[in-house]
Amino acid sequence: MTDSWRNEVQYEDKHVHEVYDQIATHFSATRYKPWPVVDEFLRSLPAGAVGLDVGCGNGKYLPVNKNVFIVASDRSKALVEIAGQHQPHTAIVADTLSLPHPPSRFDFAISIAVIHHLSSVDRRIQAIRAILQTLTPPSRASSGGQALIFVWALEQKNSRRGWDRGGQQDVLVPWVLKPDHASQPDTPARTYQRYYHLYHEGELQDNVIAAGARILSSGYDRDNWWVVIARRD
Amino acid sequence: MKLLTTNFLTCAVKTCKTSPLSFPLHFKDATLERTEIDYNPLFIRNVLPRVNWDALTTTATELGLQSLVPARNPGTRTETETETDIKDEELRKLHNLLLETGVVEGKLVCGNCGFEYPIKEGVGNFLLPAHLV
Repeated sequence: MTDSWRNEVQYEDKHVHEVYDQIATHFSATRYKPWPVVDEFLRSLPAGAVGLDVGCGNGKYLPVNKNVFIVASDRSKALVEIAGQHQPHTAIVADTLSLPHPPSRFDFAISIAVIHHLSSVDRRIQAIRAILQTLTPPSRASSGGQALIFVWALEQKNSRRGWDRGGQQDVLVPWVLKPDHASQPDTPARTYQRYYHLYHEGELQDNVIAAGARILSSGYDRDNWWVVIARRD
Repeated sequence: MKLLTTNFLTCAVKTCKTSPLSFPLHFKDATLERTEIDYNPLFIRNVLPRVNWDALTTTATELGLQSLVPARNPGTRTETETETDIKDEELRKLHNLLLETGVVEGKLVCGNCGFEYPIKEGVGNFLLPAHLV
């Protein structure tokens, strides 16, 4: 492990992993509506398809299709405990850059709002490559597994954050955790800072190409860039 | 940790992934549990062709459940066989084995590097210590 890599790991521990463990319950209560592109991707899968949800958070996409089997994973134990309740799926604690899955076995993968938490371009490309390697390669009988990846966009001038083209891409975004007023009336609100890399237009495509992927479709939806990718071989 | 899940897990250490010894991971000090899950014949029938049967047989044998695994994967049929449907009774048994049978406490061990991944309250933890990343 190089020094810069170690620094990035420590930075993400403080500004991503520890934050999610602290805000898990509150975060989960605000994350229940599946995004339409993800919903459609999951519903279009054939019955019995086996896939991954890399960085599953509270598992909000697990209830979408009960005819497929998803092995969901997240770094945050607190979020995995919440995600684990959605049968027939499974949730485990794992790191996106060290996934515990055999290569070339999966029909699909999703990674929604995860890769933008990695703090260098090398780590973001490596995460995409790791997901790609889990997919079944294309063959004569099938076009191979597909992965859907979503990241936060820099271009979102109509959102309340107001970010747009040309702005700072590496940002800390506050999450204000207000304690339950009835049980803890004297506890002040605490603010946690989450790290994000905001993707500019075309950057996600560049990253997946650098990771060796083939792009099947891509688009912009609700302040996010998304892409559906497959393996080349 | 369902038996079906272990069929899709290997060691998180990069250098282990190319070793045949890393798959499947091996249970150690495992406590079994049964969880009732809705029976979905379409789901289980279509999942079967995706299961690595040798790995499932190994895993079930380590847990003393080898008698529940048919010798051959009923989900994969050779070309000479006619498309006969799998009997409902057989599907129910496999639903029970793959989805409802799991390990609530124990470890999964890599046969290549020996690293032990803990399972607590049914949840496997695959985070690696810094020196193994």
